[in-house]
This record gives sequence, C-alpha cells and structure tokens, in this order.
Amino acid sequence: MNLHEYQARALLKAAGVPMLDGDVASTPTEAEAIARRIGGTVVIKAQVHAGGRGKAGGVKLARNPAEAMDEASQILGMTIKGLTVHKVLVVPAAEIATESYLGLIMDRETQRPVFMVSSAGGVDIEEVAARTPEKIVRLPVDPTYGLFPHQALTLAFVLFRDFTQVKAAARIMEQLYSVFGGNGASLAEINPLVTTPDGRVVALDAKIVIDDNELFWRPDLGVLRDDSAEEPSEAAARRANLSFIKLDGNVGCVVNGAGLAMATMDLVKYYGGEPANFLDIGGSSSPEKVINALKIITADPHVRAILFNIFGGITRTDDVANGIVAATRQFKVNVPIVIRLTGTNEAEAIRILNGVGMTALSDMDQAVERVVKLARGAA
Amino acid sequence: MSIWAGAETRLLVQGITGREGSFHTRQMLEYGTVVVAGVTPGKGGQRFEGQVPVFNTVADAVRETGANAAVIYVPPMAAAAAVIEAADAGVPLVVCITEGIPVMHMSRAMPFVRSRGVRLIGPNCPGLITPGTRTKIGIIPGNICSPGRVGMVSRSGTLTYEVVNHLTRNGIGQSTCVGIGGDPIIGTNFIDCLNAFQDDPLTDAIVLIGEIGGTDEQQAAAFVRERVTKPVVGFIAGQTAPKGRRMGHAGAIISGSSGTAEEKMAAFEAAGIGVMKRPVDVVELLRKKGVNPGEG
Repeated sequence: MNLHEYQARALLKAAGVPMLDGDVASTPTEAEAIARRIGGTVVIKAQVHAGGRGKAGGVKLARNPAEAMDEASQILGMTIKGLTVHKVLVVPAAEIATESYLGLIMDRETQRPVFMVSSAGGVDIEEVAARTPEKIVRLPVDPTYGLFPHQALTLAFVLFRDFTQVKAAARIMEQLYSVFGGNGASLAEINPLVTTPDGRVVALDAKIVIDDNELFWRPDLGVLRDDSAEEPSEAAARRANLSFIKLDGNVGCVVNGAGLAMATMDLVKYYGGEPANFLDIGGSSSPEKVINALKIITADPHVRAILFNIFGGITRTDDVANGIVAATRQFKVNVPIVIRLTGTNEAEAIRILNGVGMTALSDMDQAVERVVKLARGAA
Repeated sequence: MSIWAGAETRLLVQGITGREGSFHTRQMLEYGTVVVAGVTPGKGGQRFEGQVPVFNTVADAVRETGANAAVIYVPPMAAAAAVIEAADAGVPLVVCITEGIPVMHMSRAMPFVRSRGVRLIGPNCPGLITPGTRTKIGIIPGNICSPGRVGMVSRSGTLTYEVVNHLTRNGIGQSTCVGIGGDPIIGTNFIDCLNAFQDDPLTDAIVLIGEIGGTDEQQAAAFVRERVTKPVVGFIAGQTAPKGRRMGHAGAIISGSSGTAEEKMAAFEAAGIGVMKRPVDVVELLRKKGVNPGEG
C-alpha cells in the first residue's frame, strides 16, 4: 500500500525526523490559510500515487497566500495519470545547499532491509542506480539487531564532511529505520534529504510503501488507505478479497492462483487477444467470490468476452460453477462466457453448468482460443 | 530417493486442528504420506481423526514421534513463529504453506532458520510431492501427479498443477515437484532445487517454472549454464504484466525495468534452457531434449 507524501511525512515527523513546516489541504481556502501561516513562498504539491507530478503540472510555486489559493484551485480536481487530485500539500519553498538520497528497501536477495544512500539526491534514484551504480552505497541491516550506531554513522559519512551534519544525518538514518521496521514498510525513502544554506539537515520529500500483509493486524495503518487514489474497480475488488488489476484489453479473465492467472493473460496474448485484467480468486473460492468477480469484470465496458480458467486443487470447481450460475441469475451478463475447469469435483461442476445450458472445456489452450475468437467477433 | 520428500519422511503438521490444516492432513494421509504427529498449542493429548497424536509443542512431537519434517498451516500472524519453533526443535525440513506473512517477519526468521541449518521451503507455497513413494508435504493434488524421472520446481501453485497435468497426461512422470513460493523472501530458491535435482540419481530432466519479479530466474539460468548437465526446460509467467504492479504474489512485481519476463526468458535461452511459450509446450520441449513418455 502506497502512502501519500503527507502521510509519509507524518510518520517520519512522529519519529523525530526534521522536516519543514507544512500541511495538507483539501480546498483552495485551506491552502491559502496554510500558506499564510507559513509565510513567504510555498510549494503546492498534488497528493496522488503517480510519478511525474511536476511534469503533469501538479507541483507549483506560490509567492503569497493569494497565489497559493489560485494554484491550489488549479491543482485540486485535476487528473494525473487517470487519478483525480483530492488533496494538496503546502510546504515552504526551501533554500537548498545540497541534496542527497536516503532509502530503505526490503531486499529479496539479502533477505534483509537494505539502506541505500547517495549524494546524488533529488533525482530518480533508479536512474542513478542504472547509470552510475557506484554513486549509491548499500548496507544490509540484520533485522534481529536493527541498525547499529556505527552503521548509521558510516552511512552519514558517505553524505557529509561536516561532523555536525554527519551526526544529524546519522540520527535521521536511525529514525528512518525505526519508521521502516515499526510500520512493516517495504520501502521508505527521503528524497531529497537537503542541507539548507544555514547548515541544517532536513527531509524535504518522503515516500513510504507499507507491506500489504501488515495491514491485517495494523488497522491504524489500514485507515491511511485512500480509496479514491485507486482505480475504482481495483478498490471494489480489494474489498471483495480479490486480487485484481485492470488492464486495457477486452478479454476478461477469472482465474484461481496468481501464476496461472498470469499465464492465462499471456496465453490470451499468444492467441492474438488482449487481456482486460489480472484476477486471482484465490484458493478457497466461495460462490460469492465468483459473483463479485463477474460483477467487477462486467462493469468494464471494454470487455467483450469472459474466460474462467480454474484448476481445482483446494479450489472446488463445483463452487465456481455454482457462483457462475448464481451470478447469471442475479444480473444479466451481456458478453459470452467461456469456462475451462478441471480438477477437484469437476464432474459435479459440469453437471451444474449443463443444468442451466452452459458447457465447460477441460483444456486451457482450447478455452483461450475460443474466448479470443469470441472477443474479436463481438468487437 | 528423489529430493527432500520420500520413503524416509515422518511428517508433523503444525496447525493440524485448524480449517486448512485438518483438510490437508486428511488429503496427505489419503495419498499415503506418513503423518506421525500434529501440533496445536492447548490441544496436546488429543488424536486427529482418531489416529494422529496431537502435541502442544513441536519439541514434544519430535521427541515422542521422531518426526523429521514439518508442514505449517497456521495463520499468517503466527506462521513465522511456527517456522522458528520447528527450526528450534531441530526439524531438518520445514515447509510453510501459509500465505500473507508480513515480509518483515520472514526477514527476522531467516537468520535463525539458517543458523540451525534447516531447509525451509516457502512460505506461500504449495509444498512438495514425490509420487514414487506417495509422499506429499503440502497441498499439491496427488491425483494429477505420476511417478517418473522429471524434477519440477516452480514459484507458483495452480500453474504448477497445469504443467504437471500436461506431463502426466502425456506419460511423463515426476520424481519430485517442489513449489518454492511466491513471496519476496523464501527459504529455498531455484538454485537449491536445481542443485538437488542435479545430484538426484532418480531425476533425468528438470522443469523450471518462474515468473516476473526479482532476479532468481536469471541466477538460476547462470547456475544451469555452469553446473547442470541434465536437460532443463522453463517457463516464465507474466509476459503481459504491467510494470510496478503486484500480480497477486507479493514477489511478482516488475520494479523499474528489472524483473521482466523478456529478461528472464533471454537468460534461459542463453543458458540452453528450452523456453516454453505456453504451459502445453513442456511436453514437446522435453521430448526434444530426449525425455520420452514411459521413460519420463
């Protein structure tokens, strides 16, 4: 789960990380009030989960409260990469002497949190990593012990010469680590970490991604989720406990298991079609999950045909068949459905489907070829 | 002897009285697995299905029954602790089926698991199965497998079943099928499995099923090129996956430009691994590499 910049700032601030003043606004009037309180030139930043906010016109300077109000009214309600801006962050325009990068990721290879620091801050760190990897210093942390003081100091010396600044940065490393570990983050970064002309070390922008698996036992983090920042169909799917990602094609896919779901999308493409979505109904499938899945997929006007690809293991194929029958009774599905099912309780599933005049295939390739043909014919 | 699961396996089930644990224990028993003990704290002294003794702790179960493998079906929040308990009790093979464990929990568990020299498979995996001895540790449906000489390793569950099903229907049996799991932090990776299959006298060829995200498949390909003399065929799921999105599995995400299917398939080809474009291609590619039905 991605946090907005203002939410990430709040977590870092609570841990003691020095940041510039600033606040979040939902209306131009609120933005004006914040700008007035801060005084001087401010930056108005759109709060959306999309990169390239600046290029899209979502980050603007305002020299006074009136301009802040004006800029905020431009940015609020605008669409960046398909996402509507509902909030803006208002912060002072900082005078910057140096910029560096500070990040922590959960690294697959070392299986540990890994610090990454670079004196090349302010820019896209992935670009730095790709072009000049030697400019990034990496340090894995053993989560059993946490970040040792000498490790924090070592990292800080990568960034600064002045020992006051080194000590300040080392403290920020420790604070960032505690936010990362304490909130089950998979990524926490401060970019840029700046020094001001008077020598202070300050976090200017922050990004935090929370491991979705933490949310089950951390309702305090769950409330930070911004439903309006998601594709509406994806938010609906999440509430229905379905793993769903919307794509641009016209073949709707309902599959059990993430690997098989990806392979199904790939096969749709192989036979000349375009998948409309990734959807994994998960292991223990109830008829209700199938109904929800069909609701979400049929809500997409681009979908021309729907494929069920179910390999019964834990998933009982008769549950899926019952779900399909129940769904088509509840609401009219206006596009053709191709059903492939095999495995647990297959005979019973086929009996259920045949009972309402539906049929099922047992071969995945056959089913995909057919659904692609149907989607093309109907388009 | 196949790999890790076989005639010598004496299995204990952590979470045996739970919904998932009880269902799958019945399936494992039905298939023929030797299940010697169950563990559910507070339910020690009971018997599962009137036959398998239940203990309060893994240490008790190991001491009383000589269990040498553990499979875990406990809920996500307690699963990493269950892994640690099994490792602490000296169980040499621990298979964690549970999906949804916070990655930080696994990051903290792994150094301990390694310090005890334990082979952990998973988490978020379907487990493993050796059809020749009818030994199933986990949830892979036994009826789609058949005894033979092709080793299989995969990051996925149902996609593994799809491929195994093609093998079985075409008369190509399996030595052991291992699902290593779709999480970012897992105990056993492709290389561990490739290494074991390479050394296993009962395995003649290897099928490797990968997916987008991370670089495990690239490292596996490098290992195949340097160390594996047996024929290998492979598949990568997620060729049509968009960047930056988690495709169900926590580990299946293309970050930036790394972890794409193209990159992984190219690494396979460069290592001489036969690349399947579709799951069904597994049969044809294995035949090309000299694996024939019946012999398989």
